[in-house]
Amino acid sequence: MTEAVVTAAPPVVGRSLWGDAWARLKANRAAMVSLCYLVVMAAVCIAGPWFVPHTYTTIYSDYVRIPPSFSAYPKADMIQGALDDVLKRMRVDVKEWKQDGERVIVTVTSTRPVDERYLRYVDRSDTFDGARVEATSPDGLQMTFSAGVKQQYFLFGTDNVGRDLLSRTLMAGRISLAIGLLAGIVAVVIGVFYGSAAGFIGGKTDEVMMRIVDVLYSLPFIFFVIMLVVFFGRNFVLMFLAVGAVLWLDMARIVRGQALSIRRQEYVQAAEALGVGPRGILLRHVIPNLLGPVVIYMTLLVPHVIILESFLSFLGLGVQEPMTSWGVLISTGAKNIGSANWMLLFPAFFLVSTLFALNFVGDGLRDALDPKDR
Amino acid sequence: MSTRETILDVKDLRVRFRTLDGTVEAVKGINIHVGAGETVAVVGESGSGKSQTMMAAMGLLASNGEASGIVNYRGQNLLALRKSELNRIRGRRISMIFQEPMTSLDPLYTVGNQLIEPIRRHRGLGAAEAHKEALNLLRLVHIPDPERRMKSYPYEMSGGQRQRVMIAMALANDPDILIADEPTTALDVTIQAQILTLLAELQQKLGMAIVFITHDLAIVRRFADRVYVMRSGEVVEEEETEALFAAPRHDYTRMLLAAEPTGTKQPPSPSAPILLEGRDVEVTFRIGGGFLAGEPMLLRAVDRISIQLRRRQTIGIVGESGSGKSTLGRALLKLLPSEGVIRFDQKDISHADRQAMRPLRRELQLVFQDPFGSLSPRMTVGQVVTEGLLVHEPQLTAKQRDERAVEALREVGLDPNARNRYPHEFSGGQRQRVAIARAMILKPKVVVLDEPTSALDRSVQKQIVDLLRRLQADYDLSYLFISHDLAVVRAMADYIVVMKQGKIVEEGPTEAIFGHPRDAYTQTLMAAAIDSKRFRADA
Repeated sequence: MTEAVVTAAPPVVGRSLWGDAWARLKANRAAMVSLCYLVVMAAVCIAGPWFVPHTYTTIYSDYVRIPPSFSAYPKADMIQGALDDVLKRMRVDVKEWKQDGERVIVTVTSTRPVDERYLRYVDRSDTFDGARVEATSPDGLQMTFSAGVKQQYFLFGTDNVGRDLLSRTLMAGRISLAIGLLAGIVAVVIGVFYGSAAGFIGGKTDEVMMRIVDVLYSLPFIFFVIMLVVFFGRNFVLMFLAVGAVLWLDMARIVRGQALSIRRQEYVQAAEALGVGPRGILLRHVIPNLLGPVVIYMTLLVPHVIILESFLSFLGLGVQEPMTSWGVLISTGAKNIGSANWMLLFPAFFLVSTLFALNFVGDGLRDALDPKDR
Repeated sequence: MSTRETILDVKDLRVRFRTLDGTVEAVKGINIHVGAGETVAVVGESGSGKSQTMMAAMGLLASNGEASGIVNYRGQNLLALRKSELNRIRGRRISMIFQEPMTSLDPLYTVGNQLIEPIRRHRGLGAAEAHKEALNLLRLVHIPDPERRMKSYPYEMSGGQRQRVMIAMALANDPDILIADEPTTALDVTIQAQILTLLAELQQKLGMAIVFITHDLAIVRRFADRVYVMRSGEVVEEEETEALFAAPRHDYTRMLLAAEPTGTKQPPSPSAPILLEGRDVEVTFRIGGGFLAGEPMLLRAVDRISIQLRRRQTIGIVGESGSGKSTLGRALLKLLPSEGVIRFDQKDISHADRQAMRPLRRELQLVFQDPFGSLSPRMTVGQVVTEGLLVHEPQLTAKQRDERAVEALREVGLDPNARNRYPHEFSGGQRQRVAIARAMILKPKVVVLDEPTSALDRSVQKQIVDLLRRLQADYDLSYLFISHDLAVVRAMADYIVVMKQGKIVEEGPTEAIFGHPRDAYTQTLMAAAIDSKRFRADA
């Protein structure tokens, strides 16, 4: 009775399944928080390195392995050490020195006349800059000069050779996220294309295509990567290729299974009965209905790739110095865990929290796109 | 009947579901009572809240649902019980059987294990005693060769037998109340009759009360003592069965009672041209086999069948599931490879390939049984309806296609404004209209209707039948109407073919078949569907 005449009002646009899924995802607080976290993390990793005053390659030999701190370096007791270092190079003896606000005023003596040009040693130091002569004794054996003390912040501390860990962590984030995303996309594109073709064509073609997948599966992954590295050298792009080339296999299997079941759906048979050709069926029916599981798998694939990359880098097969990734940082951090635990803690926190968030989003998406428990 | 002790008393029960679009009230304060040994039917269309009422009483609501009110079982309010206390009652004092016998048994355990487990758990019997008890139960529900069946896995049994096992499981602990939620809907008519007879017999023997949830009033009449009619979460009428059928008081009940499709179809004139003809059609499926698996098993789904469909004729193809009727329909449309001769419009299309069939597809259309599965969930209704036009009239612009969609949707009684909505936003009946619109937009000559009404409520069935009749009259269509529902076939078809195991066992004009079925199998079919005597063990 209520069937025959639907309301005459024009509520034209319907809510698609994607719209539904989005609404369900929005209701999932853990997933939404994680999504926001990921967006912030991505923004920080991409834009962050431009705002951090140190580049990720600069080596501060005065600040090797200093712990993280909110206050500026150098600390009061470090000035003495840095000064001693500089004066040793100038081959002079210190007579007296004192700190006057931002600058230090130093009086030095020597058995030979002190050359003004020696001051460039002062400027070369990471601690001082803007050195200038204040006074010289008439015999030239004594000189008073002043130099500014550079205020440096190392919020995350520095690493073994004195590089700022904050900028390195952010840079590593760029690389890890980029590898995760790109290798994920490579895997998804190949996997969807290959799997849907196999599932859709079916029969002998399917058999052959899936046996090829089985063969590739049986190759040991690490062996495969080592071979690539040996033949082509260590290369960033190779990482994508290696990781993507292995992970599309899972994707292809999942997509093939989905394509097989979609092909047997009545709406595909209906399309066949309408005379729609294979291209139309693939594009209009099979692929749109595949996308749900693909999106879910993709969000779970990205953390997988990041971990794989970390693993390879940990073994020394991945990203090469001075470029870095979270895996590289964690690997060096792990070696210094006793003396400089911050080198492990910060990158590990970034990696773990990102993976956590990605998994939450993946879980949320699975619930949103496939709400079978309701 | 009022002298009976009331053992289940539902008072002011409300069930709410939290959804994204706010809270939906599925059950709106209903009162139901069940006496000891009584058979009570709760009748309503899909979405009326009949199942949710019982789910709420048993504490089985989905995670986003909540129930309020009182469900008293022998003085205990079930809704207020803790889970452990509730578990002592449900499965033991109150048990349930579900609609889908295919999925409600665990496929990994033998039937025997599944029966023994609850017996041991609830009654604390030893393994040997429980085994004996389980055997007795299988005998009770008339499973042939129970010794062997104890070791069978569910997939080795037919739907009817599985439903019997389900009933045996429900009866294992001698319950006071058996809640049967559409226990026969998924079964063939003849099996349906057997299961209902079994339930009636068991009730006689064991004396439990049965709460029977169904949408099918015909069953109710033959089975229940008292009937509750539900509509959108409310009980609109409560009455003794006889009185309800004699004098229904509520409009909705009257509508349900009148929902049986009526009328007959006049046969076309004998001179009408033959549109679709199959001679000695055979379809064989190969099961298994291959490079390492040895010889495949051959299953002959359609066995040398000949059929002639004239213009404006409707042939009804009747048979149980697995009889090959759907396969025949698809083979005639060349959607399945087949042997024999198929002619359309005097042209031999037996050997036409995909390419050659494509232009003919617009004249030969198919409507599926399941309106939920036959529409792609990612396409709007407008896209679904116009997909055929993309193939057969590619010269149309998007705007012209849209106009055709509006026209087609109006033709099947849907609001064209809904064409940008997605299938999941429609009810089953509306979706079936969309599926019909998709077939009709191409102006076909022959339509194969594969159980188009089976998944729908009775009242909606009637509307779809009326729609199909009107379309046939307007456009001179020929139908091949495949169904296991004899009432609908009688209303739709002028010629009937009865199939069993891939063969035709009987065929003839509708009135002749219904009036004087000659074949034994046809007679059983008729008896199961049409017979109005009560399912009583003694009857």
